[in-house]
Amino acid sequence: MKRRRTAREQVSALPAKTRSRLLRKDVLRLGASGLKSRPTRVVLSALGIAIGIAAMIAVVGISTSSQAKLNEQLSSLGTNLLTVGAGKSLFGDQSKLPETAAGQVSRIEGVEKTAWLAELEGIKSYRSRLIDSGQSGGITAAAVSDTLLDVTEASMKSGNWFNEATANYPTVVLGAKAAQRLGVVTPGTQVWIHDQLFTVLGVLDPVPLAPELDTMAMFSEHTAIETLGWEKNPTTIYERSSDESVDAIRALLPRAVNPENPEEVEVSRPSDALAAKNAADTAFTGLLVGLGSVALLVGGIGVANTMVITVLERRREIGLRRALGTTRKHIRSQFLAEALLLSALGGVAGVGIGMVVITVFANANGWPVSVPPLVIISGVAATIVIGAVAGLYPAIRAARTPPTAVLAS
Amino acid sequence: MSAHVIELNQVTREHGSPPVRAVDGVSLIVEAGEMVAIVGPSGSGKSSLLNLIGTLDRPTTGSALIDGADVARMSDNALSALRAYRVGFVFQQFHLSEGVTAIDNVADGLLYTGVGVRERRRRAVDALTRVGLGHRTTHKPSQLSGGERQRVAIARAVVSRPPLLLADEPTGNLDQTSGASVVELLHELNRDGTTIVVITHDVELAQKLPRRIMIRDGRVVSDSKDTP
Ligand SMILES: Nc1ncnc2c1ncn2[C@@H]1O[C@H](COP(=O)(O)OP(=O)(O)OP(=O)(O)O)[C@@H](O)[C@H]1O
Ligand SMILES: [Mg+2]
Repeated sequence: MKRRRTAREQVSALPAKTRSRLLRKDVLRLGASGLKSRPTRVVLSALGIAIGIAAMIAVVGISTSSQAKLNEQLSSLGTNLLTVGAGKSLFGDQSKLPETAAGQVSRIEGVEKTAWLAELEGIKSYRSRLIDSGQSGGITAAAVSDTLLDVTEASMKSGNWFNEATANYPTVVLGAKAAQRLGVVTPGTQVWIHDQLFTVLGVLDPVPLAPELDTMAMFSEHTAIETLGWEKNPTTIYERSSDESVDAIRALLPRAVNPENPEEVEVSRPSDALAAKNAADTAFTGLLVGLGSVALLVGGIGVANTMVITVLERRREIGLRRALGTTRKHIRSQFLAEALLLSALGGVAGVGIGMVVITVFANANGWPVSVPPLVIISGVAATIVIGAVAGLYPAIRAARTPPTAVLAS
Repeated sequence: MSAHVIELNQVTREHGSPPVRAVDGVSLIVEAGEMVAIVGPSGSGKSSLLNLIGTLDRPTTGSALIDGADVARMSDNALSALRAYRVGFVFQQFHLSEGVTAIDNVADGLLYTGVGVRERRRRAVDALTRVGLGHRTTHKPSQLSGGERQRVAIARAVVSRPPLLLADEPTGNLDQTSGASVVELLHELNRDGTTIVVITHDVELAQKLPRRIMIRDGRVVSDSKDTP
């Protein structure tokens, strides 16, 4: 370090006037004025970079915004819900949970609340009795516990959940999609189920943690036993606990629910499924990021191309500058600065466009706009790297232009 | 130090293969304060010679000492510095930046001496005043006449106060009157002490200068000096 300094000092020991000097400020000024004199070309070649960066920023921003939405959702829905289902038996047929399963779950240490659901086979729902019985339209009938609404954090879009009074009448609560399929808009409508009229008590909002409810027609325990012939075997049990005990409980659930065949029991954590769905979306964003980087590459080539042409066109100017006393290094810096500015211009425009796209997209989906500053910084940094790479060869060529080019005709 | 401003010894400059000799064994000495015309027909090697004198090019053989420095032995950076501080250039086509005011064109003459932009502009105004364009500082080249443009170019060449000024056909693109006024300006600069070399194929113009070097086919054919 010390040694190198001494060597440098020997060079600078020459009087200042024996060296050409170009202030750093002036390098930028030169780069900018080179661009200013060819505005159309600048806009067109910066556009490539802008599109590339905009695509990258938008894709990343959209995915982080949807992630932010998911996190918001998870923190309001909670990640402490476990779902227990009757799996398949060793022989491959659908097994049932024992009648006592729900009670057993609630007895596990740490379990705070439970709910259950029992799918009813062969119960079909129609808009009215006149509909052809072939068109049952993918609606599952199920008996449900009172507590289901609370445990799954489901909310009513309209009407009401079962209460003591309504539970004893032929009433039904519909999931969001089930209501749509039956064409039910307002509570109080009557639908035709199992050769009998049922009054729709209410309709649920879509349930993110229990999406299976969306296509269900739900009945109270009483109605299911009295009218639909349910045999009291639940098919799914929902359970909430404190966040810390989720893992411990998860391990205990199969044996508690079905001590004889614990391996048939399926336990899942719906919040994981939600997160996994988002991860699947990121696979798609990977593709878009790929497209964005291709656009960036093409943009970079565009910048390089523009710079090569510029250098060819400006041989006289370069020669003139050499005659005015500039060094090769200064010429190189000038054209490198021009390429960097050109590319950075595209980068900044691209970040702007990307932000607009994210905002529009997030607003349309009801997501919070969330773009990590690091993404923006790396976007701009990427354009600077692209500018440097794209500008290097043209700048070296410019520096090689002989001073006599000023006189060449 | 009594170095000559220009000292060429048996300088040749060849181009291409088979080599064409643009400059063929030229020896000449120009002292400080001289004003010289280099005259010759088209293709005689005038511009090639100017490139050598201005250190834009190096001789194939022979030696060129400019301002006492041997061009052949100097690095490209050292030659750049020599041009930045010691040599001014004026060209037939002016070579001004379009869309840039006279003042900023002239200030570019100081760009590579590490002087800040304010100081560059201040000295540019001085130089423009010196060439009689003090009232045209904010005009752009497109708003100036040919003669005025060449004056701007001369101001740019002398803004760093170089001891040597080289002009290649400075009146080549000008009409009679503006040409004459540019020549008069060069005389003035010479009277202030600048050594000036003017390249021209215009014999009439050359007659107005105190020393005339005629070249043909890259060789000096005559060198005459008025006795003051
Ligand atoms: N880079 C080059 N490559 C090849 N030949 C060259 C080059 N530069 C000059 N020449 C040749 O050298 C000779 C002298 O050229 P130069 O430009 O010096 O003449 P000139 O006296 O300035 O002519 P003009 O009055 O037309 O400007 C010409 O024959 C020209 O073709
Ligand atoms: Mg010529």
